[in-house]
Amino acid sequence: MMRLPLFDYRTPRTVAEAAQILDGEGPEAMVIAGGTDLLPNMKRRQQTPRTLVSLRRIEGLSGAHLDHSASQLGSCLTLAEIAEDPRFRNGCSALWQAASMVATPHIRNMATLGGNICLDTRCMFYDQSYEWRQAINFCKKKDGETCWVANSSPRCMAVSSTDTGPALMALGARVILHSARGEREVTLADLYNNDGREYLTRRPDEIVSDIRLGPLHGWRSTYWKLRRRGSFDFPVLSVAAAARFSHDGVVEEARIVVGSAASRPLVAEEAARSLLNRRLEPEVIEEATTLAARLAKPLDNTDFDMSWRKKVTSQFVTYALRELRGDDMRAERTRVMHSQADGVS
Amino acid sequence: MAAKREAPVESQKTARIKMVLNGEAQDVVFAPYKTLLEVLREDLGHTGTKHGCELGECGACAVIMDGKPVLSCLVLAVDCDGREILTVEGMETDGRLHPLQEAFADLGGMQCGYCTPGILLTAKSLLDHNPHPSRAEIREALSGNLCRCTGYLQIFDAVEAAMVEIAKRGETTK
Amino acid sequence: MIGHARRRVDARGKVTGQTIYADDISLPRMAYCKLLRSPHPHARIRSIDTSRALAHPGVYLVLTGKDLPIKYGILPVSQDETPLCVDRVRHVGDPVAAVIAREELTAADALELIEVDYEILPTIADPEEALANPEPRIHDYSEEGNIHKRVAFEFGDVDKGFAEADEIFEDTFFFQGNTHLPMEQHASVAVRDREGKLTLYTSTQTPHYLHRALSKVLEMPAGHIRVVATPCGGGFGGKSDPFNHEFVVSKAALMLGRPVKISLTREEVFYCHRGRHPMLMKFRTGVKKDGTITAMHLQNVIDGGAYGSYGVASTFYGGTLQTTTYHIPKYRYQGARFFTNKPPCGPKRGHGTPQPRFGQEVQIDKIAEKLKIDPAELRLRIAVKPNELTANFLQLGTVGLEQCIRRVVAISGWKDKFRKLPEGRGVGLACSCYLTGAGLSIYWNAMPHSGIQLKLDRSGCVTLFAGTTEIGQGSDDVLAAMVAEVLGIKTFDIRVYSGDTDLGPVDLGSYSSRVTLMAGNAAIQAAERAKAMMAEAVADKLEVPKERLRFADSAVFDAAAPEKRVTFVEAICLAEARFGTIGTVGSYTPPKFPAAKYKGGGVGTSPAYTFSATVVEVDVDTATGLVRVAKLWNTHDLGRALNPVLARGQVEGSIYMGLGEALMEEQDYRRLPSRLSHALVHKFPSMLDYKTITSLDMPEIVTEFIEGPDARGPFGAKECGQGPLLPVMPAVANAIYDAVGVRIDEVPMTPEKIVRALAEKKAGRAPRYGPDHFPEMSWGEPLRVPPPWDGGDGRAINEPPRQPKPSREKEKVLTP
Ligand SMILES: Cc1cc2nc3c(=O)[nH]c(=O)nc-3n(C[C@H](O)[C@H](O)[C@H](O)COP(=O)(O)OP(=O)(O)OC[C@H]3O[C@@H](n4cnc5c(N)ncnc54)[C@H](O)[C@@H]3O)c2cc1C
Ligand code: FES
Ligand code: FES
Repeated sequence: MMRLPLFDYRTPRTVAEAAQILDGEGPEAMVIAGGTDLLPNMKRRQQTPRTLVSLRRIEGLSGAHLDHSASQLGSCLTLAEIAEDPRFRNGCSALWQAASMVATPHIRNMATLGGNICLDTRCMFYDQSYEWRQAINFCKKKDGETCWVANSSPRCMAVSSTDTGPALMALGARVILHSARGEREVTLADLYNNDGREYLTRRPDEIVSDIRLGPLHGWRSTYWKLRRRGSFDFPVLSVAAAARFSHDGVVEEARIVVGSAASRPLVAEEAARSLLNRRLEPEVIEEATTLAARLAKPLDNTDFDMSWRKKVTSQFVTYALRELRGDDMRAERTRVMHSQADGVS
Repeated sequence: MAAKREAPVESQKTARIKMVLNGEAQDVVFAPYKTLLEVLREDLGHTGTKHGCELGECGACAVIMDGKPVLSCLVLAVDCDGREILTVEGMETDGRLHPLQEAFADLGGMQCGYCTPGILLTAKSLLDHNPHPSRAEIREALSGNLCRCTGYLQIFDAVEAAMVEIAKRGETTK
Repeated sequence: MIGHARRRVDARGKVTGQTIYADDISLPRMAYCKLLRSPHPHARIRSIDTSRALAHPGVYLVLTGKDLPIKYGILPVSQDETPLCVDRVRHVGDPVAAVIAREELTAADALELIEVDYEILPTIADPEEALANPEPRIHDYSEEGNIHKRVAFEFGDVDKGFAEADEIFEDTFFFQGNTHLPMEQHASVAVRDREGKLTLYTSTQTPHYLHRALSKVLEMPAGHIRVVATPCGGGFGGKSDPFNHEFVVSKAALMLGRPVKISLTREEVFYCHRGRHPMLMKFRTGVKKDGTITAMHLQNVIDGGAYGSYGVASTFYGGTLQTTTYHIPKYRYQGARFFTNKPPCGPKRGHGTPQPRFGQEVQIDKIAEKLKIDPAELRLRIAVKPNELTANFLQLGTVGLEQCIRRVVAISGWKDKFRKLPEGRGVGLACSCYLTGAGLSIYWNAMPHSGIQLKLDRSGCVTLFAGTTEIGQGSDDVLAAMVAEVLGIKTFDIRVYSGDTDLGPVDLGSYSSRVTLMAGNAAIQAAERAKAMMAEAVADKLEVPKERLRFADSAVFDAAAPEKRVTFVEAICLAEARFGTIGTVGSYTPPKFPAAKYKGGGVGTSPAYTFSATVVEVDVDTATGLVRVAKLWNTHDLGRALNPVLARGQVEGSIYMGLGEALMEEQDYRRLPSRLSHALVHKFPSMLDYKTITSLDMPEIVTEFIEGPDARGPFGAKECGQGPLLPVMPAVANAIYDAVGVRIDEVPMTPEKIVRALAEKKAGRAPRYGPDHFPEMSWGEPLRVPPPWDGGDGRAINEPPRQPKPSREKEKVLTP
């Protein structure tokens, strides 16, 4: 049986109290929300915090206020709560789809939105037991010198594997970070850093308390996830796309985000810009697809072959944009994602 | 070989919580690093809850916590203070098997039986919240439980049969 | 009873959580064991320092290879394992030391305090490297260099057969290894019991073979060891070897005088492995224009991993059963198993046969296309016939292959679909044959393969003692059902004790689909004997001729005057009064198979063979190569379905596993750049990364049993838990071809491979993905055996005189 290492467990009742504890304990303390990422990592000795600061007894972190003009989601909202809530399905389907496709139903009952966006980066050389990592003399992400994915790389190439991260970025999310020193708000895009080790710009003493969304009126969004099976699997490539259309189908605003193709979700700015003031005709989609796919440089450190994943990127961008345009993509969805989370809004 | 005689005293701390296990309030004392899975199996003798990975990757350890199926291998026992837990040992009521247990037994819902407790509880939670799930909903609800023996289809059949039986029992008690 | 859907006897325990698996056992004063495993794929152990671990608070004992130096192995010819490595580690995960401590966490922590000084040796990663590097030898006893074992046979003049052919097809295939992944991780608890003897509770499929190995390694009389095979949380062949940890906890329990438990982590289960051998196969097949096969030549390069395990048998199975599906008049088989620095391969569901079955069934699809014959029609033309004696002298009995093919074609709508579905959608067909119990035991002996003991007493309870192991397949139930059928009672009136070497007679174990047939026949014999005693006593009492008595509905009565009756309990009392305490036994020894007299001819013999046909319909996304299996139809000739619910479960479970193998399951290893590291590690030793089918990926299946009782099967039954797996992988490959016109000559068939083959097709090259070369090697002189139709008598014409092997260690039998 895999067992946890020893740790101290703290259960603050307020965010301020939690921030206080983090401040006092220093970087050896870690926040735990659902624990579905942190606990497996602790069992494999990838992360060995001395103190766990639990957010599970803090009230007020789990509500969701959805509004056409501005929405606020508590970081401890579970993914199941999002998946089961028709307001998300109708109001921001990319987030709803992403949350619905995370892991398994059991994990979604436990996993939180905050934990999902702060999810540790993943790599086939890192997400292994201590003994396994010992057999390769460890790696740059933890305890070792070499990045086994790209031997000469100066930085760790572990992959951002969050499902809701790209979806929320496509929806223009911002996050509130709380610490003993106060509160700050950053765009979710700015929370991420393209480095497998230092993948967040969040300081160790900061807590993500809320996720904020801007106006959703007129927006349509969608999320496509590549994984081998219908459940359990992390994304090994994903595409989130959102656009605001004029009443006659012209794109007025758009965002495209490619997930699981680098150490952070990648914003395909140029691709999104190419859609502006145009209808999503086939050649428009093709142009955006080429621009977006150019960004993705998958490496050989997740499931599936990397060159194939690159190929799928373009396919997924195409599928996503066609879906935004209003095409019925349910057949493709079941074929490539075994997924029942369909429909766009 | 090297053998040592005396067993040293371990200076390990213990944690104490109160929880409701299968409808009965319990005081539980355990080593604080343990997950709910370990405490159920090792400290409370409830070995009906199984484990196949301890990393959240198989579903064998599923139990119902406060009405929802969760993975006991990823729940800290220290976090269970005040919570209600239902394990497979608590499915039988008044000497009567739950319709799901009956249906699984009759329709090939289990072979080796190792995935069965987790699947039964997950299915129970599904039927508790959605008394008439479609086959697609059953597949989805059980998509976090691996089974290596059955190929799942007889499991789906069993859940459907139990659904009918529960509806019937509901009718008769009305 | 027989033939009806019924709740199995172990159902309640399993749905209530009452069934006690090995890891559920907890005993007072129990200590926990953890194993230190090698981080190196190949190294010499210079020294091990355990002093710091031993000094760690809470640690009771530390063991190393020196404490358990005696070798064991499942086959007498490959006694090449030790519980803890003595001087050499041969794969990452090979255990070198054990810590036994009060808590598992303590034992795990103390492992890190053990210092092992290794001298790194060059690593051999696959058969081609093994061929190129005869040194260093992974084992000194191998046949040559790192070739563990070669087998070569020629049945008839194969070259002549090719000369007679209108067309010759040559194809190479690769079948990647995969593993069993039972849900239950191996666990064992050893106790020095109250008599001072050893009891080992363990998740094993073969308690008898383990019993023998324990006796040898621990140097204890087997009679002083009790092995209890706890209900297995899945086996699939993965718990059929004696395992390191079983010896270690036994030794520790004996030394410490306290119970010792080990519970492997999932990663460790991947290191135990014994799964499907990777096989690189070259098929040459000569055919006439009408599809008749004139000759076949199969060469098979087999990656064995670091130890022998069942590998010698697997090497035979990698070719032997090729002749039992289609009529092959002339056949040459050359197989070679190599030692490599990876966890050992062994028997997985279908043992050694799914790989060559894949190659043959895909090749037949290619042949059918070239000859413009419908693949179903072609198979019907060449299918083996009932009671055929094959080229390699395997004696078939009942053969339902033709019906299987006809029915699967009918229920799948094959004729309306094959080559007729839109681009991206396709159907594929494949067939197979499998055996119902291996004809030979693993070690040579003249004793029964299965035994059953029944105890009946005045309480009315019938107690059944069996040496079989319940691994989920329903063996407890099937035995109870057969006894109940004979005695006219309910299975609920029978108590089954199985898998316990103290209580039950010897049974060789739950492998090779042998239990229903072998232990079943033994159970019927024991029940018939009890019935005879009761009949005699009741006949006297009721004053009717005993031939007229019927046993049914828990009563014994006169068939001519049913009101003349006694209850079943009264019947036992009468028999007990008449004969004294009632106990009967039954046993089963497979019939002799006199036909195959050549050396190696015993492999593949079986009392009965089953047949399967499968059609798969797939949906292929041409842009990404992602495959979804839309539906699957299977027909299986199982003689008779004793309990249709269980039989269906076995068939569907086999198909499920076959689909996983076809699409995603693989046990693969990773090398790192050699200038930086010598590592050779398992790519995905976890349930998340070792991909298996989930409830969302499982297609709808239609199964139909083809029933035609086989005289050798109990109530006519043959196997159904392995055969239906075999046709799945080739049927998927053939369906992919029908859907998008590319051949995937490799398992698993992943989207990457399909996309590459599609790119080849687009570029105008051969639309195929698969191995593009085959190693040159010396296969040795084949044993030449003329087939029956060439006047052969089952003997080889060039067999060297058999000599008693001095090298083979003579088996020591310890007497109490
Ligand atoms: C088998 C399996 C499959 C999975 N599949 C997927 C998948 O498909 N897609 C996917 O995205 N994830 C997947 N996950 C990972 C994980 O379950 C989810 O990402 C989940 O949402 C994490 O949330 P949590 O609340 O459990 O996080 P935790 O484990 O509690 O925390 C995760 C990380 O975030 C930090 N953290 C948590 N909350 C906060 C906060 N409020 N402020 C600051 N830091 C915080 C923690 O310190 C920790 O580093 C899978 C996990 C498993 C075991
Ligand atoms: S034990 Fe596998 S999910 Fe918990
Ligand atoms: S019944 Fe064996 S794993 Fe499901």
